[in-house]
Amino acid sequence: MIVTILNIVIAGLLMGGIYALIAVGFSLQYGVARVLNVSHGEFMMLGAFITWMLYTAFGVNPLVSLAICGPITLIIGFLLHRTLLTRLRSSSASLAAFEGKSMLASFGLLFIIQNIAILIWGNAVKGYTYLDSSVNIGGAIFAANRLVTLGFAMVIGFVFYLFLARTRLGKAIRAAAQDPGTAGLMGVNIDQVLAICFGLGALMAGFGGALMSMCFSIQPTMGFQFTVIAIIVVVLGGLGSIPGSFIGGFVLGLVGSIVSHWQPALSLAAYYMLFIVLLIVKPTGILGK
Amino acid sequence: MDIVRVFSKRSFLLGSLLLILILLATSPLYSPRYTVVLLSSIFMYVVITVSWAIFSGPTGYISLAPAAFFGVGIYTSAILGKALPLPAVIGIGGLASFCLALLVGALTLRLRGIYFAIFTFGLVEFIRHLLLFWECTVMGRRGRIVIIVDNTTVYYLMLIIFVILMLTTYLIRRSKLGLALQSIGQEEDAAAHAGVNVTMVKAITFAISAFFMGATGAVMATKWTYIDPYIAFNPLYSFMPVLMAIFGGMGQLYGPVIGAAIFTYLEEFLITRFPYHYMLIFGIIMVVAILYLPDGLVGLVQELRRRISGARYADT
Repeated sequence: MIVTILNIVIAGLLMGGIYALIAVGFSLQYGVARVLNVSHGEFMMLGAFITWMLYTAFGVNPLVSLAICGPITLIIGFLLHRTLLTRLRSSSASLAAFEGKSMLASFGLLFIIQNIAILIWGNAVKGYTYLDSSVNIGGAIFAANRLVTLGFAMVIGFVFYLFLARTRLGKAIRAAAQDPGTAGLMGVNIDQVLAICFGLGALMAGFGGALMSMCFSIQPTMGFQFTVIAIIVVVLGGLGSIPGSFIGGFVLGLVGSIVSHWQPALSLAAYYMLFIVLLIVKPTGILGK
Repeated sequence: MDIVRVFSKRSFLLGSLLLILILLATSPLYSPRYTVVLLSSIFMYVVITVSWAIFSGPTGYISLAPAAFFGVGIYTSAILGKALPLPAVIGIGGLASFCLALLVGALTLRLRGIYFAIFTFGLVEFIRHLLLFWECTVMGRRGRIVIIVDNTTVYYLMLIIFVILMLTTYLIRRSKLGLALQSIGQEEDAAAHAGVNVTMVKAITFAISAFFMGATGAVMATKWTYIDPYIAFNPLYSFMPVLMAIFGGMGQLYGPVIGAAIFTYLEEFLITRFPYHYMLIFGIIMVVAILYLPDGLVGLVQELRRRISGARYADT
């Protein structure tokens, strides 16, 4: 009995770590840059494929390639915001109009990124093995790579929190989240900060993808399901709240693990059930204002 | 003199509409089979887009639920297709979507802005996964076989739905309901204070738009021989109408019609011409359209017209 509970809880936390990372990125993009980025999962897919390619072609350690695929997705995200979304933002009449349009533009991006990935890597399922020795935690047995994943997810989340709370750029980001207009008047280069936010969101997705590729098989079309999960987690934690997203990721991981223990086919339906009930009862989420 | 002018302009418009309608109604008689099939799928997207725009155009609520209503229609057709005649199936498909929309609308239309978009998106996924669970675990087989109907019948049914939808849209725009919707879009609180029953108006309009999507789903299901939750509740059916409406421009009644027609044709063209790259090209077109056509094609044409006439006035 205790082993079963331990099994469920640990499996939930392990999955939750990755969910939390993607959701933090998504939350940053929506909360600050105001883009409901439907193509968020595609950046995760990019991270996963870059890691896979580096490992199989050059034998680069997947944990080292975190330092490679992170900056790549960061730069792609930053440039996309500077070229595309900044323009959209200045041409939109209102914030609501921008939110709608940027969501649709990111839907177009989803197609573009996904199909470029299919052109480069093909549509087949890919994977590699790394650190797959088993670890025994009080009777529950897990692969070592999943524990490493969780550890890295926690560290990345914590470092990111420190970055937001302690650095000058973090302060600028928080100011831009509260009131872009006033932050601009206080000397924050708003276009730059929003683009950095969008890039950082993509960076988190890239990290999430790199970590995920260590434990699961990957595919160019895998992105969208993680976007959906990110949306659910972010609503769960409160739209725009970074700590909320982090907690929400673990909550969703646990819920998924509990439900799939009894009925694996229902875990996604359970996510949406939770999501729909939450939106009706408390749309601002667990930590929302 | 102005009255004569207005009158003649009006009869010219009516006459040309009638001409288009006659051309469309007789086209299966002389055009190749491919054209009929293409026109049917154009009608499908036009109907979904226009009915999406009935609700979301004036109110500004971005609904991502079309796939849910469309899918409900498809499943109605798959379940009842053998037992009932097609018109009854279409009616039931529409009504089922209507009821679902009424329920969803009453529950959730107090969610504003992006929350509403997220919720409606979640609804599609929820229904899909529930159905998938039901089919895999309870029934033990995924998907269903749909009764096939010949292309010409599908075409005429779609044409009828299209005409009814256009009339409904026109009437709604001209009625008190249309005004109420517009006032909600401009300032919801003010509309409520002015005596508009906001929730009621939104829920009813949402349900009317869902009716047409459900009916279309019920017709179009007969074109596929096999359906499963992934086909019927594909999120693409939610995003496409939004894009098409924006591409065409929502300011005018005919904007979404033009947007959907051109987009569907483009999709067919790209699939046949570039089967491997078409989704990529499609994505690029989407982004470019959103970036450079903020008011859609209709807005672009109006802008050009204004510039040309403005130039003419400047010359004289």
